Amino acid sequence: MSYTRIQQRMEVLKTSGRKALIPYIVAGDPALTVTVPAMHAIVEAGADIIELGMPFSDPFADGPVNQRGAERAINSGTTLADVLKAVSEFRNDDCDTPIVLMGYLNPVIAMGEAIFCEAAAAAGVDGLLIVDMPPEEEGALVQSAKMAGLDLIYLAAPTTTDERLQIIGKATSGYLYYVSLKGITGSSKLDTASVSKRVVHMRQHVTVPICVGFGIRTAQDAAAISSTADGSIVGTVLVSQVEELVDQPEKIPSALKAILEPMRQAMDANG
Amino acid sequence: MALTEQELRTLDYEPDTGGHFGDYGGRYVSETLMAALNELDQSYKKLKNDPDFQCEFDTDLASFVGRPSPLYHADRWSKAISGAQIYFKREDLNHTGAHKINNTIGQALLAKYSGKPRVIAETGAGQHGVASATVAARLGLECVVYMGAEDIERQSPNVYRMKLLGATVVPVESGSRTLKDALSEAMRDWVTNVDDTFYIIGTVAGPAPYPQLVRDFNAVVGREVKWQSKEIFGKYPDALVACVGGGSNAIGLFYPFLREAEVAIYGVEAAGRGLSTNEHAAPLCSGRPGVLHGAKTYLMDNNDGQIAHTHSVSAGLDYPGVGPEHAYLKDIGRANYVGATDEEALAAFHEVSQVEGIIPALETAHALAYTKKLAASMRSDQTIVCNMSGRGDKDIFTVAKMEGISLT
Repeated sequence: MSYTRIQQRMEVLKTSGRKALIPYIVAGDPALTVTVPAMHAIVEAGADIIELGMPFSDPFADGPVNQRGAERAINSGTTLADVLKAVSEFRNDDCDTPIVLMGYLNPVIAMGEAIFCEAAAAAGVDGLLIVDMPPEEEGALVQSAKMAGLDLIYLAAPTTTDERLQIIGKATSGYLYYVSLKGITGSSKLDTASVSKRVVHMRQHVTVPICVGFGIRTAQDAAAISSTADGSIVGTVLVSQVEELVDQPEKIPSALKAILEPMRQAMDANG
Repeated sequence: MALTEQELRTLDYEPDTGGHFGDYGGRYVSETLMAALNELDQSYKKLKNDPDFQCEFDTDLASFVGRPSPLYHADRWSKAISGAQIYFKREDLNHTGAHKINNTIGQALLAKYSGKPRVIAETGAGQHGVASATVAARLGLECVVYMGAEDIERQSPNVYRMKLLGATVVPVESGSRTLKDALSEAMRDWVTNVDDTFYIIGTVAGPAPYPQLVRDFNAVVGREVKWQSKEIFGKYPDALVACVGGGSNAIGLFYPFLREAEVAIYGVEAAGRGLSTNEHAAPLCSGRPGVLHGAKTYLMDNNDGQIAHTHSVSAGLDYPGVGPEHAYLKDIGRANYVGATDEEALAAFHEVSQVEGIIPALETAHALAYTKKLAASMRSDQTIVCNMSGRGDKDIFTVAKMEGISLT
């Protein structure tokens, strides 16, 4: 079986003793024209993988900041086809950085699972993270994703039992996304010590790399998390920045870069 | 997909272990909610057969709600229509004025028996919020109700009622600022505070096991109708009619009759300004299957899978999804789903008020509008039971305003 771009990147990081920095932005927030330049800026800042949000009108697992990001994207007319177009355009200049599309199931069902997976793979997408599709509910999408060679990334939570961790560990490919807090994206409390302990425990059940998201705001957070985890996922703090610059969208790429660079440095200084 | 009559008579109509009704239902939720739903599933399975729990539930239904609610012969209206005999199941006479109290008592007792001191709820028109605040007060539980900011403006009397009952009402400013956004916000609260918090959901929608447990608590309605109809007219009704938003009052009436295949079943959705317009709230009549709020079900979305804004004169039916069991009953052909427009519902609202001396809720008025059509096509020795799911006191301001009458 051939390695996917995500698996390759994780291998390279492991060999070089570095950890993955995985930023999240919403495609089309505040407009699709900003998305591709923002993605390139994110890569320049040292991102290893990009999680690109597919906007959905009712994102109940997200906090208010990310929901507003999705609303801005939908209001600017961003469709799922537009998200794929942005990936395609990004691929004109970057063939190396893995891209994971993150979102909810209904827009995917609306396009058709098989059509979506084929189109995503053709556009240069490497993985899918469907927030409201736990392994128990996997259906047409899983088959289609496998056929298209896309990694399917699943979530684990602090409340996930060992029994479920094994199921999730088997289902997930590329990496496992550990939701570090019991809350929603953008919650404020982050207990890095208990996250580390949990990551160590999860490795008994999960063989793929474990990346941690929810609540990582500062370079210190990112460094502390990635001292045990295989990567830090940074979302809300970036979406907040986009929101602040909604009237000056040309400044967004460099502002995102300015947030991520210190994180990259702090994470690399760890090793 | 439609099943034969023999199959309909022998199905057990229970979800599988994952909470699926056929293709529908299930648990389409983020992993962060899984543990809470599994815990709820376990505790419900245990308490469902716990005699203490059942006894307390039955006692509260009798002495706090006022059950059984009567089955009333709408004699004058039946004669005026000159078709089938119409009976109303008087859920409007329940404490707090609607069927909602049946399932909120059940859920609040689950909270109590699971040791959760705090309950949360979402509400659209405020009826479910009031019912939740009522039982929370009754059981001494802290209660937080999420309500869309726009609904708060439209339903100020209910907001005040909830506050009188000691609940905190949190305005939801996101999205369309209505019921679906309140539901999202309540789920977020639950994910964050799951250790001490029970989420009292307002209808048979949402992730498993909610559609099943809300149905089970509401099924008291249909069970009563079974013995009442035998007692009053010596047989089961020929047809059942109920309005469907999320679908809890409807499933409560329908469920005990599902295997009685000779009883025709009609769920009435809000056709708003007409099913051919985009301004309605009728996912079963003109939506398609998708995933919303944790369940696979029929819903209203645009071509890109974004959930649509709905319209209905009745806030309680103004929801883009529907309980997954209704989706299943539609596909297997056990129940028929039809629409009633704003206009038809308003006409029925006035007619039943004047002919029967009962002011129905605007939600219920949709069921009444269809009941009238159906009755006219039936014989006078046939019977229809229409669920009078709620009383219309809450709606008089809305109706007056639409008719240009100022009440202040």
